[in-house]
Amino acid sequence: MVGTAVDEPTQMQSSATVIPPRLEVAEDRRGAGEDFAALPTEISVRKLDFFYGKEQALFGNHIEIKKNRVTAVIGPSGCGKSTHIRAYNRIFNLYRDQKAKGEILFDGANVLSSQIDLLDLRRRIGMIFQKPSPFPMTVFDNVAYGLRQHYRLSRSDLSNRIEDALKRSAIWDEVKDKLHQPGNALSGGQQQRLCIARAIAAEPDVLLMDEPCSAIDPVATAKIEELILTLKSKYTIVLVTHNMQQAARVSDYTAFFFQGRIVEFGPTTKIFSNPAEKQTEEYITGRFG
Amino acid sequence: MSTVELDASPSTGAPRGAAQAAPRGHRLRLGDPIFRVLATACGLALAVAMFGLAGVLVYNSWPAISGLGTSVLTTVAWSPVDHQYGALAALAGTFLSTLVAMVIAVPLALVIALLLVELVHPAVARVVGTAIEMLAAIPSIIFGMVGIFVIVPFIQDKLVPWLLSTPLGSLPGIKPGAQFQGGGVSIFTAGVVLAFMVLPYITAVSRDVLKMVPQVTKEAGYGMGSTTWEVMHKISLRYANSGIVGAVFIGLGRALGETMAVAFLIGSLFTSLPHSLFDPGTSIASLIALTFSEATDKIQVSALIELGLILFLITVVFQILAQAWLRRVQRSTGGRA
Repeated sequence: MVGTAVDEPTQMQSSATVIPPRLEVAEDRRGAGEDFAALPTEISVRKLDFFYGKEQALFGNHIEIKKNRVTAVIGPSGCGKSTHIRAYNRIFNLYRDQKAKGEILFDGANVLSSQIDLLDLRRRIGMIFQKPSPFPMTVFDNVAYGLRQHYRLSRSDLSNRIEDALKRSAIWDEVKDKLHQPGNALSGGQQQRLCIARAIAAEPDVLLMDEPCSAIDPVATAKIEELILTLKSKYTIVLVTHNMQQAARVSDYTAFFFQGRIVEFGPTTKIFSNPAEKQTEEYITGRFG
Repeated sequence: MSTVELDASPSTGAPRGAAQAAPRGHRLRLGDPIFRVLATACGLALAVAMFGLAGVLVYNSWPAISGLGTSVLTTVAWSPVDHQYGALAALAGTFLSTLVAMVIAVPLALVIALLLVELVHPAVARVVGTAIEMLAAIPSIIFGMVGIFVIVPFIQDKLVPWLLSTPLGSLPGIKPGAQFQGGGVSIFTAGVVLAFMVLPYITAVSRDVLKMVPQVTKEAGYGMGSTTWEVMHKISLRYANSGIVGAVFIGLGRALGETMAVAFLIGSLFTSLPHSLFDPGTSIASLIALTFSEATDKIQVSALIELGLILFLITVVFQILAQAWLRRVQRSTGGRA
């Protein structure tokens, strides 16, 4: 029942918008049929409120991010998707007027507590941004950035790890002859995979992806989606996306956000085939958003 | 021309397209060429001014160039009474005072710019930024006078005695010559005041360039677990490096050519090379300013113009070197996105 039902909304959407070619879908990847409670939890968010100055943007968010699963965060623009994941690595702390309240438990500690080591937190929770953001240095130095910062490595170990990270990011073949060229000379899609390589080189546990494909073309998007599926064996991935087909294609669990609240969270199959909430159904069928 | 063709064949073409094309075509055809001619003229005017300037300098300094040969560049002293027209003392003073100014001003300006962009509250940044820009509006003669009343006594009474009491005092180039008055009026003093004069230029341009580093690039740096310092020096400064070099060269050009403040403070010693940073000396610009009105001899006037030509060439060479360096940096780092 599950395997067939899930494809329906996906195809309905695809007739309306231009989307990248469909990927082969593995059966085991939909979060259905597994015991959610029994899976190890990577991040557990409880009663998360978020404020931009006096304006509240998130209201009591509650969610469990499971280890080695892809959790998609969907919802209309301005619903708080990005705000939500930007709390996980406390990147919002760069801005004076942004505040988070509540609990984000990661590895037994509350990320929002003042005692947390921010630098190590951000090494362990890597982030990929909407716009590819290579640093103004060579491809090699980009990937070496986190390694040099957090580890003491010999020269040969460093280049082995860089090669490994680039291979795991499915970009090695395209850049192996360009390692000493500037990172921003690559194409947009390559830059985004370079950023993924840069993040995974530092050996994180979690990858936060904030609409990683919204600035790149469909072919490059397909490559990144494929990459997400291979990366989840090693990392826990939280994927914010505007693109519901993308959520359906790559995620195991999906959270639907609306006006700062998590309206529904569950296995991706269920969210897309048989949502419990009316708002979720209206959104995934394209009636608003 | 093409509208005529379209009109001539209304039966085949789309009449709607032809009707729309006609008025637009007329406008474009007049506007673009006029603008192109104007823009080309303005661009050419710039080039003409530049080469004209060089031409005038060469023409007027020709008597000195042909009459004195290379002796201008090999003679130390400027002493018209003895018919010595040497530029070496002035060149040394120019370079040393500029060097002192840049060594002080560049790090200071970068730190202030980073502070304004990355660290302080935006309201504070606005106030401090405005204050720094106002520093640039102060006439140079005022810098010269403040230098005489404040910096000269400080260096003479405090800095030089302190330096001489430390091991630094035994380094070459520190102890002022015995015949001079303790280092107050000196190349170093001129350099310090020059540093304050060029500081606002370097700071303001560096700040604007650093502001252009995309927020997402900085966030990506913090997202990798970098400290603010690491993001600033590994990412922001690299991203902005070409603009910062530009800022430094604006300051350098200003320091090389600054006349009045330097003339006040450098001591106007035209006849010998400095043995110490705290010795008096002269610079090309202040030498020209101070002696031009008294220059009666034709060869003397011509030699002064030759000094001007030398200063002009120095700035051009620095500019070319800067451009070449920038191109190299951009190739290896990608420069701006």
